[in-house]
Parts: sequence; C-alpha cells; structure tokens
Amino acid sequence: MPIDKNQVKKVAKLSRISLEDNKIDSLSRDLDSILTFVEKLNELDTKEIKTLKSIADKTLEARNDIVDDGKIKNDILKNSPEKNEDFFIVPKVIE
Amino acid sequence: MVDLNNISLTEIVKLVKLKKVSSLELTNHYIKNIEKGKKLNCFITTCFDETIKNSKTFDAKKNYDTLLPGIPIAVKDLFCTKDVKTTAGSKILENFVPTYESTVTSNLWKEGAVLLGKLNCDEFAMGSSNETSFFGKVINPIEKNLVPGGSSGGSSSALAASFTPATIGTDTGGSIRQPASFTGTVGLKPTYGLCSRWGIVAFASSLDQAGPMTKNVEDCALMLEAISSYDKKDSTSINKKKENYSKNLNKNIKGMKIGIPKEYRVDNMPKEIEQLWSKGIDILKKSGVKIIDISLPHTKYALPTYYIVAPAEASSNLARYDGVKFGYRSNKGKNLIEMYENTRGEGFGDEVKRRVLIGTYVLSSGYYDAYYLKAQKVRKLIKKDFDNSFKKVDAILTPSTPSSAFKIGEKTSDPISMYLNDIFTVPVNLAGLPAISLPAGQDSKGRPLGLQLISNSLDEQRMLNIAFAIESEIKFKQNLNRWWE
Amino acid sequence: MSKEKFDYFIKTENNYWEVIIGLEVHAQVISNSKLFSGSSTKFGGKPNTQVSLVDSAFPGMLPVINKYCIEQAIKTGLGLNAKINLLSIFDRKNYFYADLPAGYQISQYKNPIVGEGSVTLDMPYGTKRVGIERLHLEQDAGKSIHDLNPDNTYIDLNRSGVALMEIVSKPDLRSPEEVNSYIKKLRTIMRYLGTCDGNMQEGSLRADVNVSVRKKGEKKFGTRCEIKNVNSIRFMEMAIESEAKRQVEILESGKKINQETRLFDTKKNETRSMRSKEEAHDYRYFPDPDLLPLQIEQSFVDNLKKNLPELPDQKKDRFIKDFKISPYEANVLVSDNNISQYFEDVIKNSDVKLAKNWIIVELFAVLNKKNIDIKNSPVSSKNLANLINLISSGEISGKIAKQVFELMVNTGDEPSKIIKEKGLKQQSDPKELEKIVKKVLDKNTDKVQQFKSGKEKLYGFFVGEIMKASSGKANPKLVNDILKKELKK
Repeated sequence: MPIDKNQVKKVAKLSRISLEDNKIDSLSRDLDSILTFVEKLNELDTKEIKTLKSIADKTLEARNDIVDDGKIKNDILKNSPEKNEDFFIVPKVIE
Repeated sequence: MVDLNNISLTEIVKLVKLKKVSSLELTNHYIKNIEKGKKLNCFITTCFDETIKNSKTFDAKKNYDTLLPGIPIAVKDLFCTKDVKTTAGSKILENFVPTYESTVTSNLWKEGAVLLGKLNCDEFAMGSSNETSFFGKVINPIEKNLVPGGSSGGSSSALAASFTPATIGTDTGGSIRQPASFTGTVGLKPTYGLCSRWGIVAFASSLDQAGPMTKNVEDCALMLEAISSYDKKDSTSINKKKENYSKNLNKNIKGMKIGIPKEYRVDNMPKEIEQLWSKGIDILKKSGVKIIDISLPHTKYALPTYYIVAPAEASSNLARYDGVKFGYRSNKGKNLIEMYENTRGEGFGDEVKRRVLIGTYVLSSGYYDAYYLKAQKVRKLIKKDFDNSFKKVDAILTPSTPSSAFKIGEKTSDPISMYLNDIFTVPVNLAGLPAISLPAGQDSKGRPLGLQLISNSLDEQRMLNIAFAIESEIKFKQNLNRWWE
Repeated sequence: MSKEKFDYFIKTENNYWEVIIGLEVHAQVISNSKLFSGSSTKFGGKPNTQVSLVDSAFPGMLPVINKYCIEQAIKTGLGLNAKINLLSIFDRKNYFYADLPAGYQISQYKNPIVGEGSVTLDMPYGTKRVGIERLHLEQDAGKSIHDLNPDNTYIDLNRSGVALMEIVSKPDLRSPEEVNSYIKKLRTIMRYLGTCDGNMQEGSLRADVNVSVRKKGEKKFGTRCEIKNVNSIRFMEMAIESEAKRQVEILESGKKINQETRLFDTKKNETRSMRSKEEAHDYRYFPDPDLLPLQIEQSFVDNLKKNLPELPDQKKDRFIKDFKISPYEANVLVSDNNISQYFEDVIKNSDVKLAKNWIIVELFAVLNKKNIDIKNSPVSSKNLANLINLISSGEISGKIAKQVFELMVNTGDEPSKIIKEKGLKQQSDPKELEKIVKKVLDKNTDKVQQFKSGKEKLYGFFVGEIMKASSGKANPKLVNDILKKELKK
C-alpha cells in the first residue's frame, strides 16, 4: 500500500487543498490504486538510463534584453477577486 | 441551398469564396444549430453578438486570401480568448476573462475565422469522457447516453453535431484523438512544438499540444496549416517554415512502409477493433504500402509513466490558481494559508484534486527518485522505441482506442479504468510525436471506431497523406438523425 | 601586511569556539528587463506597473529567457574564477506564497550555470581564499506589504521575475570581519563587471547566512542555522556574533542545536526561529518543462572572457608593480571601480605619489565627511591633477595647496582660477624674497646672534616668520637658499 490516509492529508496540506472529511477515505483509496498502478515501472531496471532532459528537440532560445512589456496594471489587476487601485489584496500574512 | 451540416469545411470555404454563402449566413446557421442543441451541453460560453458583428465585418470587406474566410469556429475552453470568458471547465476560473488571445486562436482569426463560442471540456483537460467539467457532462450526438470522449469532448460533440464546421482541441494524453474516435471525426495531435502553447491553460507542459478536429482529413490539413506557427513567446516552439498541408495533400502512398506494433494487441481488445485494424492494414496493402511488423517494447509502461509525469507537471502548473490574481476565491478562512486551502478545495473538482495530489506526492522529497525520475527515464525508453521504429517505417498504424464510446457514468467510479482508455494515445504524447485519429468504421451498436496513424517528428504531411488515402478507401459515413433538436 | 594573527573565537571559561560561516548571496542582475519577461527592472516604480502577464502567472503564460542575464551570470562566474557549465537546467521550486504568483520560483537546482570558484580576501593577517560552491540564476519574488492595512496584506509584483544570481560560498568564513570583507569583495567584483550594483538599501544585494560553531581544533562541522535575508553588512556581523553566542550557550549547557531557519531582529540584536516557514518545507524541485536545457557555446564564454574588464585583484597587482604603491594603498584604490578610475585619470598627467596621497588622505576625508560618492566628487580628477601639477612645479606650496583644495571643494572651481582670485600664487621672485628675509632678520637681531653662536634650532623660527610675512606664499626652496646665505653673512 503506497499511500495511507495520513500521507494523503500531508500531501493535501503541501498542495494547499482542503479536503472534506467524508471524502478522505475514498480519495485515499483512489490515490493508492493510482500509485499501485504506476509502480509497474519498478519492473524496469533504469539504473543505466539517463533522464530525459526535454521532449522538444531543440535548445533554449533567448530573447534580447529589451523592455517591451509591463505598464498594464489595469489588465493585471482586472481579474483579481480582491484588489484596490494599485495592489492585490490578500488576508493578512503573519510572518 | 446545400445542407451545410453535411459538407466539409473545405467545401464551405469554397462556397464562401464563390460568394454562394456569406459569413453571416454561416454564423446564423451555426447559431441556430447550437440553440437547438443545448441538450448536448457542448458550450460553456457563446458570444453570438460578437460573432454576428465579426461576420458582418468580414462580409463588408471580404478578404479571400485567407485560409478560413469568414468561417465561424468554436474552440475548446482551454484557449484564452481576449474579452471572452475562459474557464478550462473549472469553477476556479468560472469568471476569468483574459485580456489576451492565445497564439493558436489568434492564428485562426488572422486566417479570417470568427469565434462562435467556447466548448466544454474536462476540468483542466483532465479526463477521458468530459464528465469532470464543472459545467456539466457533454453528450455524444451518436447516442444520448454516451460520453463524447475527453478531454476535448465539447469539441468532438459540437463538431459531430455540426455546431461548428471544424474546431480545435488540446491533446495531452489523447484528448483530441480519443474524442474524435468516439464521435466519428478526425483529430490530429501535432509534433510537440509545432503549435504554440502560449495562451493555452496549461495541464502538463511537456505533453500539451493544440490540434485540429475536423470532419475529414482535408479539413484537418487546412486547420493544421492555419493554427501551426513558430512563436517566440513559447520556448518549446519549433522554428520552422509554415507548411501548406492542404495544398500538398496527396493520396499516392505507394511504396511507403507502415509499421504494425505487436504490443498494441492488448488483452481483452474487442474483436471489432481487431477487425478494424485488419481492415486498415488491408487498405494500406492495396494502396501499395509495405506492412512491417514492429515492436515498441515499452508500450505497457506508457500509461504508468504518463500518470506520473502529467500529474507532476499539473501539480505545479495549477499552483497559480490560489485566489489572488484571478479566478475564484473562497471567503472562508482566517489567514492566507486557509484562504488558499479553501479556495483550491472548493474550486477544484475531484479528478483535478486527485491528480494534483498524485503530482505533489511523486515530486515530494523521498519519492522523487522512485517516481518522477524513474518515469523520466522510462519516457526516454519509450521515445527510443519510436526512434528505432522510424528507422524502418514511415508511419505506424494502430487503433485509436481500446473500445468505442462508453456509457455516461460507466467509468467515473474507477479512475484506473478511465485511464486505461488512453492506452494507445498516451505513448505518442510521451514521445512528442504527431498522430492522427480517423474514423474507420462502426461497431455492432453503430458507435464509431477510429484508427490512429503515428509518424515521426514533423512528418505531419506524410501522415496526413496516408490518412487521406485510407479515408478515401474506407468511405466512412455517419448519418446523425439530429435526435437532440 | 601587518603581523596580526587571526583571532576570532567565542571564548568561554573552558573553551575557544570557532565560528563557521557560509553565505548565500542574492545579487540582483543588472539588466533592463526581467529574467523571463520584457517588463522593466527599474527600482521604485509605482506598484504593479512593471508587471507583465508572465510575471503575474496568468493562465497559459510562458517564460522566455533574457540573453543578457545569461551573459551577466557567466561574466560574474568568470570574475569569481569559476567553472562555467555549458549545460545548465532551470528547475521549478514549488511553494505557496502571496508574492510568488506562479506558486513556484524558476531557479536552478542540480545543474547551475556556474560551478566552483573562489574569491581572495585581504585580511590584516594575510590573504584568505574563500571557495565559491556555485552561482545560479533565479527569479525574484514580488513584495508583500503588511503595514498599509491592519487586516490585509497588499501585493506588489514589480520585482516578481527580476533576475537574481544566487552565489553560494563554501563554509570557509570564520569571523564577522571576514564576512564583511567577503561581501565587499564580491560587491567590488560585480561592480567592476557591471553585473550587480550591490546596492543593499534597495535590496540588490541580500544574503542568507549559515552559521555553526565547533570547538577550536575540531574537524567536524556543527549543526548550522540559516539566518534569512539580512540586508546590511553591519547587521550581518551583528547577526553572526549573536547567533554564534547563542549556539555556544546551547552547546555548553549540553543541549543540541536544531537545524532551522532564523530571522535577525535588529532591534533586539538577536536571532529568532522562523518556525512558520519551516512547516512542511518541501520544494519539490523538478526541471521546468516550459524551458529547455540551457546550452552555451564555449566560444561564447571565451568571447566574454576576452572582453572582461580588469578585475580588482589584477588592478591591484598592476598598481603595486607600476606605481610602486603599498598593497594597503592599492587595496584602497581598487576597492571601488570609480575610485581606481579617478586615480588613473588623475595620474595620467600628474605625479603618482602626490596623487595617491591627495586622494587617499585629503579627498577621502572630504567625501566621507560629506557622505558623497567619488563619482559626484566636487573636485574633478582633472582639477585635482592640475592642483598636483601646481605643487610639483613649485607654483604653490603644499600648505597653500590645502587652502586651494578647500576652496575647490566648496566651489568646484579649478585651482588656477582660485589662486588667481585669491592671490595665492607662490612668491618666487628672489629679489622680493630677499627683501622679506632681510626684514625678518633685521627685526630679530638678537635671535640672529643666538643662532650664530650655535643655537641652530632657531632656523625653523626664521622660516616660520618669513612664511608668515609672505602670507604663506613664499617659495620654500628659495627662502631656504636666501636664508642660509644671509645667515652666513
């Protein structure tokens, strides 16, 4: 059994997703069966295999250092659920 | 007047150019179809006022030097469209209105097309039956209790029901090809990097590709020509000249070599699919193609690999939906962390949660090597299998799916059985290759079945040519009685 | 070099504790636009006006790397004598925070662009080599503003996506003084290269400090604590001192150190635990699938290397060799590119020995007092060179020169104009001087007698009186000649 209920809760915390108590059992079962399914890969010995770096068959292209974006404050803030004229607003962050 | 529901996009374009039909007439036709077809739940958003306005603008100043002159087109709701709501099928983006237009859709508008509306899809494209959408399931026009496939289920359904003459979807593990196969339509997943991902709501960045869904292969070539482009804004976009796929479409495939991978003969594959596959092979043989048995030995590891890689990338890609910059925010919670947790807990559906949690888990410390790293290595092996095969063959022929369209609700309780539906489509995404699904017949219940052609990177033209040749021999016909109207 | 010996230990009744320090410096790359987007990096813009859709992580937005930032990182790597990795990979560091719009920071984890290198420090007890572990490129986060509203935090994303270089040292530093010297040296190198302005007030240079302690002579490192985001050198020194003492106290009481992240409270002069941030720390690094591996051609690196400016260590060696100045003086002059530039401008047309003294002593005193940068010095390099030449040619004495210099500081005028206006030109007419000398000797006949009968100390008195009588303008060499002649009569 690759994952148990407590681990599911831990992963949910790390993912910042609240879970309804009555769904944790079925969710844990689902995740467990998915992980069991993917563990089929353990049949393969991959010690000597290098990891795939990228699926795109090219190297990284770079852009020139030119300022050609920004100055769109209204667009940036437009869809925010809570904002004022200048800022995004979030519940108080306590450091 | 011709029956617009029974002709291809290519033919419609011809009619427009011959001034037999105006853009506005087309638009009105599709609006009528859409309004009569609400039962199928294909659309999340329509923007008819805009469509009519844009059609009139086109008609007032006709420009026939484009690929899609005045053609109304609906697109999957994963493409960001400027000033038109873009939801990705999720509650968390229920009210999101982009201020920008995806590269692929702006290519469509540049070619003269006008937007009809946004098509339903599985939430964040995570699903194979279009049952995970926050905006409700989509019905397959073939039969009212069938799923249209997923995640581009709204697209396949709308296309089959002629709510749009062609459409575009996205394909991360089969999300174009499987719904195409379930609805008797053509769907193409291009080479990774051929179409820009800029402005497409991301699911799994190394697998996502936009592609056309059409009624026939010729339309597919036309649409691919329209949407593909090199885009500097996407670092994974391939820098190459645009091709004239439709102009260069050619049925002569004599002398080509097509591979038949033995690993795709899976256990419990319905006989009808075996027969379909054989039929495809026979047609190819008759067309002068040499059939070669090949092996893709790591095929059985493709799905497990996919269900590590895709959720891992998704867990990170979906972290931006946190209720701060856009989208849904829960009003529960006393502090920032609780706001995040409730926003994401309430905003995401079950399948998205499952995948984000799996993705987080396989990347987390202590598990990374065993899952994610391992999967990346196996992915390399899968790619190598294909690389080896394409030294011997020009393309590979397989069935598109292991079954025809299944019933609504049939697989929702068991995620694994749902995942298994993508068994033939997923390897292609892992290898970054192009593939096309084309309708090739029906099963005994009259449900369409598709064949899949896979080709080497950037070999879309040859792949389309082979598909074109098969299509012309197979003469697939689908007569829908428009029961939903 | 001084013969001083290294002596920084936390001394307790029974033990000498050695302090082990490693630094993670975050240096903002000088560039016009951000690391992965085209918005401006300028400091102090109005909130959220330097933000693109990429910086705010809108759906479907993709990063495209800035070529110049890559260059800047390579140049810095070369300046740190470091290995440049021709293949490097950008990873996502995943964590949720209000000012991190994507929910991940693009950074480099296993394959950084720059590998091992080193920096040489000049300490009073000799030179010290500090190892560099690596340098990688990453994005800065936005800013959370907590004090504009009692119930909410405001988010400004202007900084979001600005390129940073994280420079990680080996745990080679052993005292706050060495840390001070290391930061300054790093800053000097980057300023020479033009890769980071090093402005700590604006946050262009920040550091996380790793501190551990061990008994003198022990080989094994102790458990370390990381002090986050200290933004001035003085605070860094204070934080290290107080953290080291805290750790020693814990260890001497028989307890163990918890490896953790701590924050320095500048008011209380102590570090405190940041447990909130510690909770569920799991960054889930993985290669960013939106970016491809970064491949650099060796020829590209070679070309950058060829065009690298002279670095402080090289410049110092050259100054010592070419100008015969002491290592200490050379260090002072190369500590800032603008100072060395000023120095080299001055000595283009003037005497090196006078120039270095005037810069190090007189000019620095003024600049320090007025708290201005040498770039904005009221005395231009050209004017200082002119002043020095007036001294060398004997047109003014050193003493007058100081008066002229003061006026130059206040007015910014050139020296000859001041001398002319104020009539400060040196009195060099032998006949005129003879008159003055004679007048002074006539006034002091008794002292002349005493001098002649052996009280030679009085010579200085005569010189003083003559200078006074000439209002300091008399050419001292001529005065000498005439006075000696007259006294022999």
